[in-house]
Amino acid sequence: MNAPQMSSQAAVTGSALLTNAVGLHARPSVKLTQLAKSFSSTISVSTDAAGPWIDAKSPVKIMRVKAPQGTTLYFEALGDDAQEAITALVDLVERRFDEVEGDDHG
Amino acid sequence: MKSKGTIMAELRLAGRPASPGFAEGAVVRVVEQKSTRLPTGDSQREAHDLKQAIKDALASISSLADRAEGEAVEMLGFQVAMLEDDALAEAAFESITQGESADKAWRKALDSEIETYRAAGDEYFRARSADLEDIRDTVLDHLSGSHAAFSVPPGAIIAARDLAPSRFLSVDWSKGGAILLSEGSPTSHVAMLARARRVPMIVGLGEIPECSSSIIIVDGALGQAVVSPREDTRASFLARQSADQELAVKAAVVEMQPAVTKDGTPIAVMINIAGVDDLARLDPKICDGIGLVRTEFLFGEGPNLPDEETQYRAYRRMLEWAEARPVTIRTLDAGGDKPIAGLTIDGESNPFLGVRGVRLSLQRLDVFRVQIRALLRAAPHGSLKVMVPMITAPFELDAVRTLFIEEYESLKAKSIASKMPLLGMMVEVPAAALAVSTFNADFFSIGSNDLVQYTTAAGRDIGAVASLADLRHPAVLKLIELVASYGRSSGRDVSLCGDAGGDSDLIPFLLRAGIRSVSAAPTLVGRAKLSIANFNFEKVGGA
Repeated sequence: MNAPQMSSQAAVTGSALLTNAVGLHARPSVKLTQLAKSFSSTISVSTDAAGPWIDAKSPVKIMRVKAPQGTTLYFEALGDDAQEAITALVDLVERRFDEVEGDDHG
Repeated sequence: MKSKGTIMAELRLAGRPASPGFAEGAVVRVVEQKSTRLPTGDSQREAHDLKQAIKDALASISSLADRAEGEAVEMLGFQVAMLEDDALAEAAFESITQGESADKAWRKALDSEIETYRAAGDEYFRARSADLEDIRDTVLDHLSGSHAAFSVPPGAIIAARDLAPSRFLSVDWSKGGAILLSEGSPTSHVAMLARARRVPMIVGLGEIPECSSSIIIVDGALGQAVVSPREDTRASFLARQSADQELAVKAAVVEMQPAVTKDGTPIAVMINIAGVDDLARLDPKICDGIGLVRTEFLFGEGPNLPDEETQYRAYRRMLEWAEARPVTIRTLDAGGDKPIAGLTIDGESNPFLGVRGVRLSLQRLDVFRVQIRALLRAAPHGSLKVMVPMITAPFELDAVRTLFIEEYESLKAKSIASKMPLLGMMVEVPAAALAVSTFNADFFSIGSNDLVQYTTAAGRDIGAVASLADLRHPAVLKLIELVASYGRSSGRDVSLCGDAGGDSDLIPFLLRAGIRSVSAAPTLVGRAKLSIANFNFEKVGGA
């Protein structure tokens, strides 16, 4: 990594509480990874501020976490659009992945 | 098999309704194929073949997704996302470099992935294991070249052990057809797809006999299939089928309204469920509460018995769904025809007369106390009633009550929110019905399926004696009358939660016997209410 680029390459972080009934389930996981993939930054997600961090663009790895309702999701992004990525991801979780109320199949 | 030309006796198969509707036709048996692929012994070649099979599987699932609607789009979208992710096959490619064949490596990698889903505490994650099995099998089919082998003519009645959702979606259902599974579950994805596409489906049929040359008729709502039906059986089937369309329209009208007989007697209509999944997309206004929760679904799915937290969460969600309506949860009713690995006793000479229901729970207090604590903790979240299955003698219910009180006191001592629910019993053993006044029960719920089979000594799974296992037998009706009248005189609620509660033909008999509360599968609620609306107490015969 080049030293002059350090400022733009600083990690951006954010967190949000999973409030939808089924947690980070199939459909939310797919939505989250699709959104993450729309950014060029490297994006990681964890259920603990200290990690371990997993690739937010991998539905397989995110489904392995099996995060239930009430879990706090921590995000970390590194890259040119890191700030936009974090804002969008936190917003998605806070919007409950746009899930329809009472429609909790995944 | 008898040769053609001889008259085969009709054979009745009974299972759990998964999707209502009628079908008639020939059976197409779908047998799982063992992989016929031979390993090449060349790891580069194996890796290449697996890569190609994943690519082909992705293409076939994507093309299904393009044609799919509603629920199916979401499900296939998930499968596509998982298959597109290199992380899924990572472990498989690694074992291939160590000399494993493509199919074995893939199977092993997916099986260990699936195992983590099965072991999940959350029911929803557990249910996703079926999607991963589907992904696994689709790729294996492409690897062995057997993918092309699965082709079912339109209108076929499929008989199989279980059916993958992707296979369901590859069948042309526009010409009718049905699904008969010897295993399977009404809460599976394929059952949801079948309901959405209005394909009749029955699960848990057990061994489906070889009957390829025979005609079979299927009544999905009743969970009944009849092989080589007699003329009169077929005639009544056809009559039901034609009446069904008319009825469906009328049932939809009354489904959301309270049930009242023609002469104005209100009747409670509740629903039977097997899990939280059954409540998805169901408006609580459809019913007066949940009359039966079969908690066996929580058990026997994962490799471990469900812990307190898992059970608590499931019970709480049911109570919250019902809002203030009563929810009757039945304690574990394992044994008999519902074995659970590691819990029920294998090799009993007559499981229906053996250690089942409360008899098993009282032998396995380690398991029972966990369920009791989960129920006590869920109780503050709604109107909970707990019923105990297979009660035969008063001391059994007394023992259960003592356990509830002990666990309640211990939760209270730890300041954990909990509440004593109403504690009632199922009446399904004739001895319990005859001695109903000797039990210290807060309410009674008649389990008509077992009450009929124990009273008539005719197993409900034995086709040859099916005509004897009839609720309309005067002895059965007398027992029901006895329980209903004791309930009225002692101020205890009496309900009925067997299949009869959702059977339009039997409901008039139940009402005449004094039953004022029935519980039925959600798909049968509209019809049950219609049958009640057509009933008139003031007329002789009731109709």
